[in-house]
Amino acid sequence: MSVQLSVDGRRVDVNVDPRTTLLDLLRERLDVIAPKKGCDHGQCGSCTVLLDGRRHLTCLALAVAQDGAEIVTAEGLAGGPDGEHDLHAMQRAFLEHDGYQCGYCTPGQICSAVGMLAELADGHPSHVSPDLTAAPKATDEEIRERMSGNLCRCGAYVGILAAIRQSAQASA
Amino acid sequence: MRPFAYHRPADPAEAVALVAADPAASFLGGGTNLVDHLKLGVTRPGTLVDVTGLGLDTVEQTDASLRIGTNVRNSDLAAHPALRAGWPAVSRALLAGASGQIRNQATTGGNLLQRTRCVYFQDVTTPCNKRESGSGCSAIGGYGRYNAVLGASGQCVATHPSDLAVALAALDAVVVVLGPDGERRIPATELHRLPEEHPEHDTTLRHGELITAVELPSSPLAARSTYQKARDRASYAFALVSAAVGLDLDEDGTVRDVRIAWGGVAHKPWRATRAEDALRGEQPTEDAVRAAVDIELTGANTDDQSAYKLPMVRATTTYAVHRLLEGSR
Ligand SMILES: Cc1cc2nc3c(=O)[nH]c(=O)nc-3n(C[C@H](O)[C@H](O)[C@H](O)COP(=O)(O)OP(=O)(O)OC[C@H]3O[C@@H](n4cnc5c(N)ncnc54)[C@H](O)[C@@H]3O)c2cc1C
Ligand code: SF4
Ligand code: FES
Ligand code: FES
Repeated sequence: MSVQLSVDGRRVDVNVDPRTTLLDLLRERLDVIAPKKGCDHGQCGSCTVLLDGRRHLTCLALAVAQDGAEIVTAEGLAGGPDGEHDLHAMQRAFLEHDGYQCGYCTPGQICSAVGMLAELADGHPSHVSPDLTAAPKATDEEIRERMSGNLCRCGAYVGILAAIRQSAQASA
Repeated sequence: MRPFAYHRPADPAEAVALVAADPAASFLGGGTNLVDHLKLGVTRPGTLVDVTGLGLDTVEQTDASLRIGTNVRNSDLAAHPALRAGWPAVSRALLAGASGQIRNQATTGGNLLQRTRCVYFQDVTTPCNKRESGSGCSAIGGYGRYNAVLGASGQCVATHPSDLAVALAALDAVVVVLGPDGERRIPATELHRLPEEHPEHDTTLRHGELITAVELPSSPLAARSTYQKARDRASYAFALVSAAVGLDLDEDGTVRDVRIAWGGVAHKPWRATRAEDALRGEQPTEDAVRAAVDIELTGANTDDQSAYKLPMVRATTTYAVHRLLEGSR
Protein backbone atom coordinates (compact mmCIF):
# COMPACT_ATOMS: atom_id res chain seq x y z
CA MET A 1 0.00 0.00 0.00
CA SER A 2 1.16 3.50 -0.70
CA VAL A 3 2.13 5.77 2.19
CA GLN A 4 3.17 9.40 2.03
CA LEU A 5 5.13 10.88 4.89
CA SER A 6 7.30 13.80 5.67
CA VAL A 7 10.44 12.55 7.41
CA ASP A 8 12.84 15.13 8.82
CA GLY A 9 11.63 17.59 6.23
CA ARG A 10 11.93 15.16 3.31
CA ARG A 11 8.79 14.04 1.47
CA VAL A 12 8.64 10.29 0.97
CA ASP A 13 6.17 8.21 -0.99
CA VAL A 14 6.64 4.47 -0.52
CA ASN A 15 4.82 1.23 -1.05
CA VAL A 16 4.69 -0.91 2.09
CA ASP A 17 3.33 -4.26 3.19
CA PRO A 18 0.61 -3.47 5.79
CA ARG A 19 2.62 -5.45 8.36
CA THR A 20 5.50 -2.95 8.29
CA THR A 21 5.88 -0.91 11.44
CA LEU A 22 6.79 2.74 11.19
CA LEU A 23 10.08 1.90 12.91
CA ASP A 24 11.02 -0.70 10.30
CA LEU A 25 9.97 1.59 7.48
CA LEU A 26 12.19 4.36 8.81
CA ARG A 27 15.20 2.21 9.58
CA GLU A 28 15.12 -0.53 6.95
CA ARG A 29 13.59 1.23 3.97
CA LEU A 30 14.39 4.93 4.41
CA ASP A 31 17.76 4.61 6.17
CA VAL A 32 16.59 6.91 8.92
CA ILE A 33 18.37 5.23 11.80
CA ALA A 34 18.06 7.78 14.60
CA PRO A 35 15.06 5.97 16.15
CA LYS A 36 16.38 2.76 17.70
CA LYS A 37 14.81 -0.66 18.10
CA GLY A 38 15.25 -1.45 21.78
CA CYS A 39 12.42 -3.78 22.73
CA ASP A 40 10.04 -3.57 19.74
CA HIS A 41 7.13 -3.93 22.22
CA GLY A 42 6.47 -0.43 23.51
CA GLN A 43 8.40 -0.93 26.72
CA CYS A 44 11.58 1.14 26.35
CA GLY A 45 10.97 4.36 24.38
CA SER A 46 14.13 4.14 22.26
CA CYS A 47 12.04 4.29 19.04
CA THR A 48 10.39 7.60 20.00
CA VAL A 49 9.95 10.30 17.33
CA LEU A 50 7.81 13.41 17.08
CA LEU A 51 4.75 12.60 14.99
CA ASP A 52 2.69 15.64 13.99
CA GLY A 53 4.54 17.43 16.79
CA ARG A 54 3.82 14.90 19.54
CA ARG A 55 6.11 12.25 21.02
CA HIS A 56 5.12 8.87 19.66
CA LEU A 57 6.50 5.33 19.57
CA THR A 58 7.25 3.89 16.16
CA CYS A 59 7.49 0.19 17.06
CA LEU A 60 3.78 -0.21 17.85
CA ALA A 61 2.60 1.89 14.91
CA LEU A 62 1.78 0.41 11.52
CA ALA A 63 3.28 2.50 8.72
CA VAL A 64 0.05 2.30 6.66
CA ALA A 65 -1.87 3.88 9.54
CA GLN A 66 0.38 6.97 9.53
CA ASP A 67 -0.30 8.12 5.97
CA GLY A 68 0.14 11.89 5.73
CA ALA A 69 2.04 12.22 9.00
CA GLU A 70 4.91 14.59 9.60
CA ILE A 71 7.73 12.83 11.39
CA VAL A 72 10.72 14.43 13.04
CA THR A 73 13.42 12.15 14.43
CA ALA A 74 16.31 13.16 16.68
CA GLU A 75 18.35 13.61 13.53
CA GLY A 76 15.82 16.07 12.10
CA LEU A 77 15.78 18.12 15.29
CA ALA A 78 19.26 19.32 14.37
CA GLY A 79 19.90 21.64 11.48
CA GLY A 80 18.36 24.94 12.35
CA PRO A 81 18.76 28.14 10.37
CA ASP A 82 22.56 28.08 10.73
CA GLY A 83 23.02 24.91 8.75
CA GLU A 84 22.57 21.20 9.20
CA HIS A 85 25.09 20.80 11.99
CA ASP A 86 23.41 23.24 14.28
CA LEU A 87 22.20 21.15 17.20
CA HIS A 88 18.83 21.55 18.88
CA ALA A 89 19.01 23.08 22.38
CA MET A 90 17.98 19.73 23.90
CA GLN A 91 20.79 17.95 22.07
CA ARG A 92 23.32 20.50 23.33
CA ALA A 93 22.00 20.09 26.86
CA PHE A 94 22.47 16.29 26.64
CA LEU A 95 26.07 16.88 25.51
CA GLU A 96 26.78 19.38 28.27
CA HIS A 97 25.37 17.19 31.02
CA ASP A 98 26.58 13.77 29.82
CA GLY A 99 22.99 12.63 29.37
CA TYR A 100 24.12 9.30 27.91
CA GLN A 101 26.76 6.61 27.96
CA CYS A 102 26.43 4.21 25.03
CA GLY A 103 23.97 6.56 23.34
CA TYR A 104 21.51 3.91 22.22
CA CYS A 105 18.51 5.30 24.09
CA THR A 106 19.51 8.91 23.43
CA PRO A 107 17.63 9.76 20.20
CA GLY A 108 14.44 8.49 21.83
CA GLN A 109 15.19 10.34 25.07
CA ILE A 110 15.74 13.59 23.20
CA CYS A 111 12.56 13.37 21.10
CA SER A 112 10.60 12.37 24.18
CA ALA A 113 12.05 15.26 26.20
CA VAL A 114 11.16 17.78 23.48
CA GLY A 115 7.61 16.43 23.26
CA MET A 116 7.32 16.29 27.03
CA LEU A 117 8.28 19.95 27.51
CA ALA A 118 5.65 20.91 24.92
CA GLU A 119 3.02 18.97 26.91
CA LEU A 120 4.15 20.72 30.07
CA ALA A 121 3.92 24.10 28.35
CA ASP A 122 0.39 23.18 27.25
CA GLY A 123 -0.50 22.61 30.90
CA HIS A 124 -0.96 18.83 30.73
CA PRO A 125 -1.01 17.34 34.23
CA SER A 126 0.90 14.18 35.20
CA HIS A 127 0.52 11.36 37.69
CA VAL A 128 2.59 13.30 40.25
CA SER A 129 0.91 16.68 39.80
CA PRO A 130 -0.49 17.49 43.26
CA ASP A 131 -3.34 19.57 41.85
CA LEU A 132 -4.89 18.32 38.63
CA THR A 133 -6.35 21.68 37.71
CA ALA A 134 -3.28 23.87 38.39
CA ALA A 135 -0.58 24.64 35.83
CA PRO A 136 2.19 22.04 36.26
CA LYS A 137 5.79 23.02 36.99
CA ALA A 138 8.97 21.43 35.64
CA THR A 139 10.14 20.02 38.96
CA ASP A 140 12.56 17.09 39.04
CA GLU A 141 9.71 14.86 40.20
CA GLU A 142 7.56 15.94 37.26
CA ILE A 143 10.38 15.44 34.76
CA ARG A 144 11.15 11.95 36.10
CA GLU A 145 7.51 10.89 35.95
CA ARG A 146 6.94 12.32 32.49
CA MET A 147 10.09 10.66 31.14
CA SER A 148 9.32 7.24 32.63
CA GLY A 149 8.55 5.83 29.18
CA ASN A 150 12.23 6.12 28.22
CA LEU A 151 14.50 3.57 29.81
CA CYS A 152 18.30 3.83 29.83
CA ARG A 153 20.17 0.57 30.33
CA CYS A 154 23.35 2.55 31.07
CA GLY A 155 21.58 4.35 33.88
CA ALA A 156 22.51 7.82 32.68
CA TYR A 157 19.42 9.20 34.37
CA VAL A 158 21.24 11.79 36.47
CA GLY A 159 22.65 13.47 33.36
CA ILE A 160 19.40 13.06 31.43
CA LEU A 161 17.48 14.78 34.21
CA ALA A 162 20.04 17.59 34.43
CA ALA A 163 19.89 18.16 30.65
CA ILE A 164 16.11 18.32 30.59
CA ARG A 165 15.98 20.53 33.69
CA GLN A 166 18.32 22.99 31.97
CA SER A 167 16.22 23.00 28.78
CA ALA A 168 13.04 23.44 30.79
CA GLN A 169 14.49 26.42 32.61
CA ALA A 170 15.80 27.93 29.40
CA SER A 171 12.42 27.63 27.70
CA ALA A 172 10.37 28.76 30.72
CA MET B 1 3.32 -11.74 11.44
CA ARG B 2 0.55 -13.16 9.24
CA PRO B 3 -0.42 -11.08 6.21
CA PHE B 4 -3.55 -8.99 6.60
CA ALA B 5 -5.58 -6.51 4.60
CA TYR B 6 -5.83 -2.95 5.88
CA HIS B 7 -8.81 -0.59 5.55
CA ARG B 8 -9.32 2.90 6.86
CA PRO B 9 -12.98 3.80 6.33
CA ALA B 10 -14.33 7.27 7.10
CA ASP B 11 -17.83 6.18 8.09
CA PRO B 12 -18.63 4.29 11.33
CA ALA B 13 -21.37 2.19 9.72
CA GLU B 14 -18.95 1.08 7.03
CA ALA B 15 -16.36 0.13 9.66
CA VAL B 16 -18.98 -1.93 11.49
CA ALA B 17 -20.11 -3.63 8.28
CA LEU B 18 -16.53 -4.54 7.33
CA VAL B 19 -15.81 -6.24 10.66
CA ALA B 20 -19.26 -7.75 11.24
CA ALA B 21 -19.17 -9.51 7.87
CA ASP B 22 -15.76 -11.09 8.44
CA PRO B 23 -15.04 -13.31 11.47
CA ALA B 24 -11.29 -12.81 10.91
CA ALA B 25 -11.47 -8.98 10.92
CA SER B 26 -10.53 -6.71 13.83
CA PHE B 27 -10.83 -3.02 14.57
CA LEU B 28 -7.55 -1.15 14.96
CA GLY B 29 -7.29 1.88 17.24
CA GLY B 30 -3.94 3.38 18.19
CA GLY B 31 -2.39 -0.07 17.84
CA THR B 32 -0.42 -0.04 21.09
CA ASN B 33 -1.91 -3.36 22.18
CA LEU B 34 -3.03 -4.91 18.91
CA VAL B 35 0.22 -4.36 16.99
CA ASP B 36 2.10 -5.93 19.90
CA HIS B 37 -0.22 -8.95 19.68
CA LEU B 38 0.27 -9.21 15.91
CA LYS B 39 4.01 -9.46 16.50
CA LEU B 40 3.62 -12.00 19.30
CA GLY B 41 1.13 -14.08 17.31
CA VAL B 42 -1.43 -13.74 20.11
CA THR B 43 -4.00 -12.73 17.52
CA ARG B 44 -3.96 -13.33 13.76
CA PRO B 45 -6.59 -11.22 12.03
CA GLY B 46 -6.97 -11.43 8.26
CA THR B 47 -8.22 -7.86 8.03
CA LEU B 48 -7.64 -4.74 10.09
CA VAL B 49 -10.21 -1.97 10.01
CA ASP B 50 -8.55 1.19 11.29
CA VAL B 51 -11.12 3.28 13.17
CA THR B 52 -8.97 6.36 13.70
CA GLY B 53 -10.21 7.91 10.45
CA LEU B 54 -13.82 7.88 11.61
CA GLY B 55 -13.73 11.19 13.45
CA LEU B 56 -15.29 10.37 16.85
CA ASP B 57 -12.44 12.33 18.38
CA THR B 58 -14.12 15.13 20.31
CA VAL B 59 -15.10 15.67 23.94
CA GLU B 60 -18.49 17.32 24.39
CA GLN B 61 -19.81 18.66 27.66
CA THR B 62 -23.48 19.17 28.58
CA ASP B 63 -24.94 20.08 31.98
CA ALA B 64 -25.49 16.45 32.79
CA SER B 65 -22.57 14.64 31.24
CA LEU B 66 -19.34 14.49 29.31
CA ARG B 67 -19.36 12.57 26.03
CA ILE B 68 -15.97 11.28 24.92
CA GLY B 69 -15.47 10.12 21.35
CA THR B 70 -13.69 6.77 21.12
CA ASN B 71 -10.75 8.21 19.21
CA VAL B 72 -9.87 10.84 21.80
CA ARG B 73 -6.30 9.94 22.75
CA ASN B 74 -5.60 9.03 26.37
CA SER B 75 -3.27 12.04 26.84
CA ASP B 76 -5.78 14.54 25.45
CA LEU B 77 -8.56 13.10 27.55
CA ALA B 78 -6.50 13.15 30.75
CA ALA B 79 -5.63 16.80 30.12
CA HIS B 80 -9.16 17.90 29.24
CA PRO B 81 -10.13 20.72 31.63
CA ALA B 82 -13.72 19.50 32.06
CA LEU B 83 -12.58 15.99 32.95
CA ARG B 84 -9.93 17.23 35.39
CA ALA B 85 -12.52 19.34 37.21
CA GLY B 86 -15.56 17.07 37.07
CA TRP B 87 -14.16 13.51 36.96
CA PRO B 88 -10.66 13.66 38.46
CA ALA B 89 -10.54 9.90 39.07
CA VAL B 90 -10.72 9.34 35.30
CA SER B 91 -7.92 11.79 34.61
CA ARG B 92 -5.81 10.26 37.41
CA ALA B 93 -6.42 6.73 36.13
CA LEU B 94 -5.27 7.65 32.64
CA LEU B 95 -2.20 9.46 33.94
CA ALA B 96 -1.27 6.44 36.05
CA GLY B 97 -1.22 4.21 32.95
CA ALA B 98 1.48 3.46 30.39
CA SER B 99 3.83 6.31 29.30
CA GLY B 100 3.57 9.78 27.77
CA GLN B 101 4.23 8.39 24.30
CA ILE B 102 1.74 5.55 24.60
CA ARG B 103 -0.97 7.86 25.97
CA ASN B 104 -0.50 10.10 22.91
CA GLN B 105 -1.24 7.10 20.71
CA ALA B 106 -3.80 5.07 22.67
CA THR B 107 -7.53 5.66 22.11
CA THR B 108 -10.40 5.57 24.59
CA GLY B 109 -12.06 2.50 23.08
CA GLY B 110 -8.76 0.72 22.53
CA ASN B 111 -7.81 1.30 26.15
CA LEU B 112 -11.03 -0.32 27.38
CA LEU B 113 -10.59 -3.29 25.06
CA GLN B 114 -6.90 -3.91 25.72
CA ARG B 115 -6.31 -7.52 26.64
CA THR B 116 -4.91 -9.09 29.79
CA ARG B 117 -1.20 -8.89 30.56
CA CYS B 118 -1.25 -12.50 31.86
CA VAL B 119 2.25 -13.68 30.92
CA TYR B 120 0.94 -16.96 29.52
CA PHE B 121 -1.66 -15.24 27.37
CA GLN B 122 1.17 -13.34 25.71
CA ASP B 123 3.40 -16.41 25.32
CA VAL B 124 2.05 -18.52 22.47
CA THR B 125 4.20 -21.51 23.48
CA THR B 126 2.09 -22.09 26.61
CA PRO B 127 -1.49 -23.33 27.06
CA CYS B 128 -4.04 -20.57 27.64
CA ASN B 129 -7.82 -20.86 27.48
CA LYS B 130 -8.23 -17.21 26.67
CA ARG B 131 -5.94 -17.35 23.64
CA GLU B 132 -6.87 -20.88 22.58
CA SER B 133 -10.14 -22.13 23.97
CA GLY B 134 -9.82 -25.50 25.70
CA SER B 135 -6.01 -25.59 25.79
CA GLY B 136 -5.81 -25.15 29.58
CA CYS B 137 -4.73 -22.43 31.96
CA SER B 138 -1.02 -22.12 32.70
CA ALA B 139 -1.53 -19.48 35.37
CA ILE B 140 -3.35 -21.90 37.66
CA GLY B 141 -0.49 -23.48 39.57
CA GLY B 142 2.01 -21.38 37.60
CA TYR B 143 3.28 -17.84 38.07
CA GLY B 144 0.43 -16.40 40.09
CA ARG B 145 1.47 -13.02 41.38
CA TYR B 146 -0.85 -11.14 39.03
CA ASN B 147 -3.77 -13.55 39.35
CA ALA B 148 -7.34 -12.57 40.13
CA VAL B 149 -8.56 -12.87 43.70
CA LEU B 150 -12.26 -12.24 43.00
CA GLY B 151 -14.58 -13.85 40.48
CA ALA B 152 -12.03 -16.15 38.82
CA SER B 153 -13.00 -19.52 37.35
CA GLY B 154 -11.34 -22.87 36.90
CA GLN B 155 -10.77 -21.84 33.29
CA CYS B 156 -9.01 -18.50 33.76
CA VAL B 157 -7.59 -16.42 36.62
CA ALA B 158 -6.45 -13.39 34.60
CA THR B 159 -7.05 -9.75 35.56
CA HIS B 160 -8.13 -6.87 33.39
CA PRO B 161 -5.27 -4.39 32.92
CA SER B 162 -6.98 -1.07 32.09
CA ASP B 163 -6.76 1.70 34.69
CA LEU B 164 -9.31 3.79 32.78
CA ALA B 165 -11.91 1.02 32.91
CA VAL B 166 -11.75 0.99 36.72
CA ALA B 167 -12.48 4.70 37.01
CA LEU B 168 -15.33 4.38 34.50
CA ALA B 169 -16.85 1.48 36.43
CA ALA B 170 -16.77 3.54 39.63
CA LEU B 171 -18.37 6.65 38.14
CA ASP B 172 -21.35 5.03 36.37
CA ALA B 173 -20.05 5.63 32.85
CA VAL B 174 -21.95 4.35 29.83
CA VAL B 175 -20.22 2.86 26.80
CA VAL B 176 -21.93 3.67 23.50
CA VAL B 177 -21.62 0.96 20.89
CA LEU B 178 -22.60 0.79 17.23
CA GLY B 179 -23.40 -2.64 15.80
CA PRO B 180 -24.94 -4.00 12.60
CA ASP B 181 -28.38 -3.54 14.20
CA GLY B 182 -27.79 -0.01 15.43
CA GLU B 183 -26.71 1.65 18.65
CA ARG B 184 -26.60 0.13 22.13
CA ARG B 185 -25.70 1.68 25.49
CA ILE B 186 -23.85 -0.49 27.98
CA PRO B 187 -23.11 0.45 31.60
CA ALA B 188 -19.31 0.42 32.00
CA THR B 189 -19.72 -2.17 34.76
CA GLU B 190 -21.29 -4.55 32.22
CA LEU B 191 -18.81 -4.08 29.38
CA HIS B 192 -16.32 -6.58 30.76
CA ARG B 193 -17.35 -10.00 32.03
CA LEU B 194 -16.12 -12.68 34.42
CA PRO B 195 -14.33 -15.61 32.77
CA GLU B 196 -16.71 -18.42 33.83
CA GLU B 197 -16.54 -21.13 31.16
CA HIS B 198 -15.59 -18.73 28.36
CA PRO B 199 -12.44 -16.77 29.11
CA GLU B 200 -11.94 -16.23 25.37
CA HIS B 201 -14.56 -13.48 25.67
CA ASP B 202 -13.25 -10.48 27.61
CA THR B 203 -16.39 -8.43 27.12
CA THR B 204 -20.10 -8.58 26.36
CA LEU B 205 -19.55 -7.01 22.93
CA ARG B 206 -20.54 -8.98 19.86
CA HIS B 207 -18.17 -9.32 16.93
CA GLY B 208 -18.38 -6.20 14.80
CA GLU B 209 -19.64 -3.90 17.54
CA LEU B 210 -17.72 -0.64 17.54
CA ILE B 211 -17.27 1.53 20.61
CA THR B 212 -18.14 5.04 19.44
CA ALA B 213 -18.18 6.99 22.70
CA VAL B 214 -18.09 6.90 26.47
CA GLU B 215 -20.49 9.04 28.51
CA LEU B 216 -19.78 10.19 32.03
CA PRO B 217 -22.68 11.51 34.12
CA SER B 218 -21.96 14.60 36.25
CA SER B 219 -22.42 14.17 39.99
CA PRO B 220 -21.00 15.48 43.25
CA LEU B 221 -19.20 12.20 43.84
CA ALA B 222 -17.65 12.24 40.37
CA ALA B 223 -16.31 15.72 41.11
CA ARG B 224 -14.87 14.42 44.38
CA SER B 225 -13.16 11.29 43.14
CA THR B 226 -9.66 9.94 42.84
CA TYR B 227 -7.66 6.94 41.68
CA GLN B 228 -5.00 5.15 43.68
CA LYS B 229 -2.70 2.61 42.05
CA ALA B 230 -0.13 0.24 43.58
CA ARG B 231 2.57 -1.13 41.28
CA ASP B 232 6.04 -2.68 41.23
CA ARG B 233 7.79 0.55 40.26
CA ALA B 234 6.85 4.20 40.67
CA SER B 235 5.79 4.68 37.05
CA TYR B 236 5.23 2.89 33.73
CA ALA B 237 3.91 -0.35 35.20
CA PHE B 238 0.53 -2.05 35.29
CA ALA B 239 -1.45 -2.10 38.51
CA LEU B 240 -0.94 -4.81 41.07
CA VAL B 241 -4.17 -3.44 42.52
CA SER B 242 -5.90 -0.10 42.24
CA ALA B 243 -8.92 1.70 43.64
CA ALA B 244 -11.17 4.37 42.14
CA VAL B 245 -13.27 6.12 44.78
CA GLY B 246 -15.94 8.83 44.54
CA LEU B 247 -17.31 10.38 47.72
CA ASP B 248 -20.29 12.58 48.52
CA LEU B 249 -20.64 13.67 52.16
CA ASP B 250 -23.53 15.13 54.18
CA GLU B 251 -22.98 18.35 56.16
CA ASP B 252 -22.22 16.28 59.26
CA GLY B 253 -19.55 14.34 57.40
CA THR B 254 -21.40 11.08 56.99
CA VAL B 255 -21.32 9.35 53.63
CA ARG B 256 -24.33 10.37 51.54
CA ASP B 257 -23.13 8.34 48.59
CA VAL B 258 -19.95 6.56 47.56
CA ARG B 259 -18.50 4.63 44.61
CA ILE B 260 -15.67 2.14 44.86
CA ALA B 261 -14.14 0.08 42.05
CA TRP B 262 -10.97 -2.00 42.08
CA GLY B 263 -8.46 -2.91 39.42
CA GLY B 264 -6.00 -5.81 39.43
CA VAL B 265 -8.30 -8.10 41.37
CA ALA B 266 -10.58 -9.64 38.74
CA HIS B 267 -11.26 -10.37 35.08
CA LYS B 268 -13.22 -7.12 35.01
CA PRO B 269 -13.08 -3.85 36.92
CA TRP B 270 -14.60 -4.85 40.27
CA ARG B 271 -17.34 -2.54 41.44
CA ALA B 272 -17.41 -2.98 45.23
CA THR B 273 -21.15 -2.45 45.76
CA ARG B 274 -21.26 -4.28 49.09
CA ALA B 275 -18.52 -2.05 50.44
CA GLU B 276 -20.42 1.00 49.15
CA ASP B 277 -23.61 -0.20 50.91
CA ALA B 278 -21.70 -0.65 54.15
CA LEU B 279 -20.30 2.88 54.03
CA ARG B 280 -23.48 4.80 53.20
CA GLY B 281 -24.67 6.70 56.27
CA GLU B 282 -21.40 6.07 58.15
CA GLN B 283 -18.54 8.37 59.04
CA PRO B 284 -15.75 7.50 56.53
CA THR B 285 -13.12 6.72 59.16
CA GLU B 286 -10.20 4.47 58.33
CA ASP B 287 -11.75 1.69 60.42
CA ALA B 288 -15.10 2.04 58.67
CA VAL B 289 -13.48 1.88 55.24
CA ARG B 290 -11.42 -1.16 56.20
CA ALA B 291 -14.50 -2.92 57.55
CA ALA B 292 -16.41 -2.11 54.36
CA VAL B 293 -13.57 -3.40 52.18
CA ASP B 294 -13.46 -6.61 54.19
CA ILE B 295 -17.15 -7.21 53.60
CA GLU B 296 -16.53 -7.04 49.86
CA LEU B 297 -13.48 -9.29 50.16
CA THR B 298 -15.30 -12.10 51.98
CA GLY B 299 -15.58 -13.95 48.68
CA ALA B 300 -11.90 -13.54 47.78
CA ASN B 301 -9.79 -16.53 46.83
CA THR B 302 -6.02 -16.26 47.20
CA ASP B 303 -2.95 -18.44 47.27
CA ASP B 304 0.61 -17.82 48.52
CA GLN B 305 1.45 -15.72 45.48
CA SER B 306 -1.65 -13.53 45.35
CA ALA B 307 -2.50 -13.17 49.07
CA TYR B 308 -0.64 -9.85 49.22
CA LYS B 309 -3.40 -8.28 47.14
CA LEU B 310 -5.98 -8.22 49.94
CA PRO B 311 -4.07 -5.95 52.35
CA MET B 312 -3.04 -3.90 49.32
CA VAL B 313 -6.68 -3.37 48.29
CA ARG B 314 -7.48 -2.33 51.87
CA ALA B 315 -4.58 0.13 51.86
CA THR B 316 -5.24 1.68 48.43
CA THR B 317 -8.95 2.11 49.21
CA THR B 318 -8.42 3.67 52.63
CA TYR B 319 -5.71 5.91 51.21
CA ALA B 320 -7.95 7.06 48.37
CA VAL B 321 -10.68 7.98 50.88
CA HIS B 322 -8.10 9.71 53.07
CA ARG B 323 -6.93 11.83 50.13
CA LEU B 324 -10.48 12.83 49.26
CA LEU B 325 -11.15 13.84 52.87
CA GLU B 326 -7.95 15.90 52.82
CA GLY B 327 -9.26 17.76 49.80
CA SER B 328 -6.88 16.36 47.20
CA ARG B 329 -8.19 14.54 44.18
C1 LIG C 1 4.63 -0.87 27.83
C2 LIG C 1 3.17 -0.64 28.04
C3 LIG C 1 2.70 -0.27 29.30
C4 LIG C 1 1.34 -0.06 29.51
N1 LIG C 1 0.90 0.29 30.76
C5 LIG C 1 -0.44 0.45 30.98
C6 LIG C 1 -0.94 0.77 32.27
O1 LIG C 1 -0.18 0.93 33.23
N2 LIG C 1 -2.28 0.91 32.41
C7 LIG C 1 -3.15 0.75 31.37
O2 LIG C 1 -4.36 0.89 31.56
N3 LIG C 1 -2.70 0.43 30.15
C8 LIG C 1 -1.37 0.29 29.94
N4 LIG C 1 -0.93 -0.06 28.69
C9 LIG C 1 -1.90 -0.44 27.68
C10 LIG C 1 -2.38 0.71 26.84
O3 LIG C 1 -3.15 1.57 27.66
C11 LIG C 1 -3.23 0.11 25.73
O4 LIG C 1 -2.38 -0.59 24.87
C12 LIG C 1 -3.98 1.16 24.95
O5 LIG C 1 -4.84 1.90 25.78
C13 LIG C 1 -4.79 0.51 23.83
O6 LIG C 1 -5.37 1.52 23.04
P1 LIG C 1 -5.14 1.51 21.46
O7 LIG C 1 -5.98 2.59 20.89
O8 LIG C 1 -3.70 1.56 21.12
O9 LIG C 1 -5.77 0.10 21.11
P2 LIG C 1 -5.43 -0.97 19.98
O10 LIG C 1 -4.17 -1.66 20.29
O11 LIG C 1 -5.56 -0.35 18.63
O12 LIG C 1 -6.68 -1.95 20.17
C14 LIG C 1 -6.89 -2.69 21.36
C15 LIG C 1 -8.13 -3.55 21.16
O13 LIG C 1 -9.30 -2.75 21.07
C16 LIG C 1 -10.00 -2.99 19.86
N5 LIG C 1 -10.55 -1.69 19.48
C17 LIG C 1 -9.87 -0.52 19.33
N6 LIG C 1 -10.72 0.49 19.13
C18 LIG C 1 -11.98 -0.04 19.14
C19 LIG C 1 -13.31 0.51 19.01
N7 LIG C 1 -13.52 1.82 18.83
N8 LIG C 1 -14.37 -0.34 19.07
C20 LIG C 1 -14.18 -1.66 19.24
N9 LIG C 1 -12.96 -2.23 19.38
C21 LIG C 1 -11.88 -1.43 19.33
C22 LIG C 1 -9.00 -3.59 18.93
O14 LIG C 1 -9.62 -4.45 18.00
C23 LIG C 1 -8.11 -4.36 19.89
O15 LIG C 1 -8.67 -5.61 20.17
C24 LIG C 1 0.43 -0.22 28.44
C25 LIG C 1 0.90 -0.59 27.17
C26 LIG C 1 2.25 -0.79 26.96
C27 LIG C 1 2.72 -1.18 25.60
S1 SF4 D 1 -5.23 -16.94 33.48
FE1 SF4 D 1 -6.51 -16.75 31.62
S2 SF4 D 1 -5.18 -15.59 30.27
FE2 SF4 D 1 -3.80 -16.44 31.84
S3 SF4 D 1 -3.13 -18.50 31.10
FE3 SF4 D 1 -5.00 -18.83 32.27
S4 SF4 D 1 -6.59 -18.79 30.69
FE4 SF4 D 1 -4.82 -17.76 29.80
S1 FES E 1 11.52 -0.16 20.57
FE1 FES E 1 9.67 0.98 20.68
S2 FES E 1 9.40 1.17 22.82
FE2 FES E 1 11.14 -0.14 22.72
S1 FES F 1 22.93 5.70 27.16
FE1 FES F 1 23.10 3.57 26.95
S2 FES F 1 21.01 2.98 27.08
FE2 FES F 1 20.92 5.05 27.64
